[in-house]
Formats: sequence, C-alpha cells, structure tokens
Amino acid sequence: MSEFLSYFRQDRLPHIWCPGCGHGTVTGALVRAIDRLGLDKNKVCVVSGIGCSSRAVGYLDFDTLHTAHGRALAFATGIKMARPDLKVIVMTGDGDCTAIGGNHFIHAARRNIGITTIVMNNETYGMTSGQFSPMTPKGMLGTTAPYGNVERSFDLCELAKAAGATYVGRSTSYHVPLLIDLIEKALQNDGFSVVEAVTQCPTYLGRKNKLGDAVQLLNWIKDQAVNVKAAAVMPKEKLEGKFLIGELHNGPAPEYSAEYGELIARVQRSFENVKGGLWECASNSD
Amino acid sequence: MSEQKKVYFHTIREKWCKGCGICVAYCPKKVLELKDGKVVAARAEDCIGCHACELRCPDFAIEIHEASGERKHEAEHVDFALPPEAHHA
Ligand SMILES: Cc1ncc(C[n+]2csc(CCOP(=O)(O)OP(=O)(O)O)c2C)c(N)n1
Ligand code: SF4
Ligand code: SF4
Ligand code: SF4
Repeated sequence: MSEFLSYFRQDRLPHIWCPGCGHGTVTGALVRAIDRLGLDKNKVCVVSGIGCSSRAVGYLDFDTLHTAHGRALAFATGIKMARPDLKVIVMTGDGDCTAIGGNHFIHAARRNIGITTIVMNNETYGMTSGQFSPMTPKGMLGTTAPYGNVERSFDLCELAKAAGATYVGRSTSYHVPLLIDLIEKALQNDGFSVVEAVTQCPTYLGRKNKLGDAVQLLNWIKDQAVNVKAAAVMPKEKLEGKFLIGELHNGPAPEYSAEYGELIARVQRSFENVKGGLWECASNSD
Repeated sequence: MSEQKKVYFHTIREKWCKGCGICVAYCPKKVLELKDGKVVAARAEDCIGCHACELRCPDFAIEIHEASGERKHEAEHVDFALPPEAHHA
C-alpha cells in the first residue's frame, strides 16, 4: 500500500465528508507536505476546533486533539508552550477561525507562536447547514442570508499579516501543487504561519447559491484565483472580484515559545547567586 | 533507441470513491470515467502520469504509479475494498 496512506488512520476511512467536499483535498495536501519534509510522526501534533473541516484530525495518524469550537489555537498554544519541540499544526474552518475563534487567531499571530494554521475556507458554516460566516462574500446566499449577505468579508491573509503572522499564503483545492508548496514552507517557518485553502462545500454553499456540483464549484473558485505574481502586472480593474493566491508574506521574526524559554532561563540565572536559589526567594517573597 | 512510452497504472480504492467526478473532469487525457458511481480508468493507456486526479481527489481513492512492464497489473491483485483490520486478522 502507498506510503501516503501511512499518515492516515485507515480504519476511519472513508471519511464522513460529502462527495466532492474539498476538505479531503486539503487534508491530502497537508499529508503530502509533511511527507516531503520527512517530519517525525511522533513530533507532530495536529489540533482542530469544531466544524466539518475540523474533523480532519480524526483521520490523521499523529497525536491529535479535536477541541471546542473556535478554540483550536488556544489548545495549540498550550501544547506549543509545554512542548516547544513539537511541530504544532491547527486545522480549522473559516467559521471556526474567524468568527468564534477570531480573537485567538489575531493574538496567536501577534505573538508569532510557532503554529502552522491551515484554514479550510469554504466561505460558509458547512456543519450547521450553510449560515454565512465572516468570510462569506458580500451578496451570497446562506441559511441566515436568504436575501443575500450584507456584510463585508475578511481578507484573512491581510488580517493575518497585519496581526503579525510571519508566513502567509493562499491557495485553493483546485491549485493543489501550490497548496502543498505553501504548506511545506509554512511548516518550515519558525513562527506563526497561515495557509488559507479556499475550498468547496457543494452541499451548502454550492446548493444555496445554485453554483452547481463540486466540479462547477471548483471552476468557480479557479476563475476567481489570480497568482500574486500575475496580479503584480495586471491593471486594478481586472482584479475586481478576484483573490490572490501564492506566497503573500514571508517576514521571519523571533518565535514566542523560544523567547519565553529564554526569559525563563534568564530569570533562573539571575537567581543563581541568591542564597537558597529561586525557590527560596519565591517562597519568602510577599 | 527511441524513448519508450511510460506506462502508468491506477490504484483505485473503490470503497472510498464517492463518485464526485472531480478527477474525471480535470484529467487532461480523458482517461477516467464514472461507472455506477465509481471511477474507472477507461483508457489507462492514454495516461501521462500527471497526478492531477490523485492530488485533487478528496477521498484518497485514486493513485497513479509508474509501471515497469511486469508490474503493470499489480494493482489488480490488491483488494482495497478490504478494511485494513482484515490484513491483520
Ligand atoms: C460554542 C459553539 N457554538 C456553536 C456551535 C455550532 N457550530 C458547529 S460547527 C459551526 C461552524 C463551522 O463552520 P466552519 O468552521 O466554517 O467549518 P465547516 O463546517 O464549514 O468546515 C458552528 C457554528 C458549536 N459547536 N459550539
Ligand atoms: S456540508 Fe459542506 S463542508 Fe460539510 S462535509 Fe458537506 S460539503 Fe463538506
Ligand atoms: S495521472 Fe493525469 S492523465 Fe493520468 S488519469 Fe490522472 S489526471 Fe488523467
Ligand atoms: S475524485 Fe476521487 S472520489 Fe471523486 S470520482 Fe474521482 S476517485 Fe472518486
């Protein structure tokens, strides 16, 4: 059997996702990136929240944690602080990450903690039957937007960059080789990395908006994606209604758990010459 | 000697395939077809081994391998319909 499958809990497959749902494609891309880097399986921990997308961890044969809605990054932060030697990966959905989990997201980015976050953006709440999310484009239909979504949507990559993430990229479940490359680079970045994978939910987003089956939905996504290198030479009006794919930001900065570790070591050193050491000092202080 | 045409074989995990048609739609050589809701390599000899089907399949249900002459039909002997536990029984 293929080596690729060794990263899966095969007794859990086939997975629960609908026919043509892009979440499987993104999960496959992650596994391929991990395989390329030859990461030690026992040094990888994958964490998720709640949503169709968040079910990905149940199929992956690493140490995995399926947590509470929006809280994957909070749990992942704890893991990274306790075990900075682990490669910590978060798999999350647009709702999980940018609505209920939005605060965790911006602060994880601000701290530049060494977590690779993969956002499976299907522009809707798939699991709860197609309510609009903060990433549903304006005007689109959803269970909670029967006459069209009035809200403006986030550009998650811009948000991540502004909040302090040190590696940011976007691809789609159509552009899989690019997606694998971006995840591979994101995993190598020592800091907070975000890869947004625009993907298809044929069951809710597709059906509610009469966008057709999985293939038609993928075509619709493909037509909106413009590579950042091509966009650089395109006139602005041609980029209307499009989104950029490719590496969008790469600006290394000191990683949080390492800096925290250094702080601890420094404080411990400063107590070395004190009689009784750090413990004595701490117990005697008011 | 002239370059020999490479031969590819398709490992299809029928039990995992949900018949979404993504691989069929984007195969540049129209190698794949859906039959009774499952993918089949109808024109395997036309395959150029681009892996587009394999990378986009959401269900890990199709894989492409380069075959050297005699290994060509190996896939046919592997029953992927069996759950993995069965192999340990
Ligand atoms: C605290 C809490 N609030 C609400 C829910 C209901 N809920 C479950 S999944 C979900 C949205 C998931 O959307 P997204 O993260 O985009 O994932 P998708 O299902 O689209 O992959 C919501 C609101 C919940 N499980 N827990
Ligand atoms: S509801 Fe949408 S996101 Fe959820 S499994 Fe089905 S297609 Fe995927
Ligand atoms: S590898 Fe390429 S040519 Fe061969 S079946 Fe798959 S998509 Fe078609
Ligand atoms: S993409 Fe995968 S699940 Fe969909 S028809 Fe092809 S092999 Fe089957």
